[in-house]
Amino acid sequence: MKRVLRLSLALALPLLAGGCATVRPWDRDLLAEKEMSFNPCPMLHAIDEHVYFSKEASMGGQDASGGGCGCN
Amino acid sequence: MSGKVVSTGVLLLLSLAAPALRGAAADPPLAAPFDLPTSTGHVVLDSLRTKVVLVDFWASWCAPCRQSFPWMSTMAERYGPRGLVVVAINLDKQRWQAERFLRELAPPFLVAFDPAGKTATAFDVRAMPSSYLINRSGQLVFAHRGFDPKDTNAFESRIAEEVLK
Repeated sequence: MKRVLRLSLALALPLLAGGCATVRPWDRDLLAEKEMSFNPCPMLHAIDEHVYFSKEASMGGQDASGGGCGCN
Repeated sequence: MSGKVVSTGVLLLLSLAAPALRGAAADPPLAAPFDLPTSTGHVVLDSLRTKVVLVDFWASWCAPCRQSFPWMSTMAERYGPRGLVVVAINLDKQRWQAERFLRELAPPFLVAFDPAGKTATAFDVRAMPSSYLINRSGQLVFAHRGFDPKDTNAFESRIAEEVLK
């Protein structure tokens, strides 16, 4: 059991390491692109949110404040 | 067992320290050659063998690069007649980004374009901007990361020293 655990850990580590990346200094502009941001289009996001919580009938289900009165 | 581990560790450490020892004694290394397009033709490092070359890596989105351009212009004008050639290598992915920047600043020195960043890899660029000074024998004698107006005096005296050699 312990061996299996150790083996899976040994296998998982290189897999996790694959997630690491070195960004070359001259490529940093790509990270600053609008498309790379967490929320590239706030207005579209707000509309999506509104549709979402209207359909779910629960306001504040995500990041908006408010109770679950259904008065959306 | 532990003796073996220790001796392996010591050997590993020694092998890590070896390059540093070599670097202290040997001549400065030759700069990586390049042949890059400019707006009018191309620039070949080997053809600048009798000149002192200031190679600078920059991009249009980099604020300190913008700051460094007037200083490099001054260097080109001050030491150009004595044999300094400034080559500013642009690393923008899109040519128009560089051209918009160049229209605004109109530098009097050579600007080359390397959108793939091959030259930057060869020079081991770690920061934007990065500057390298190459002597008349093609050796890399000085490297500077970033641009800080406080460092320009030291850099200029290094340029003057090479130019007057």
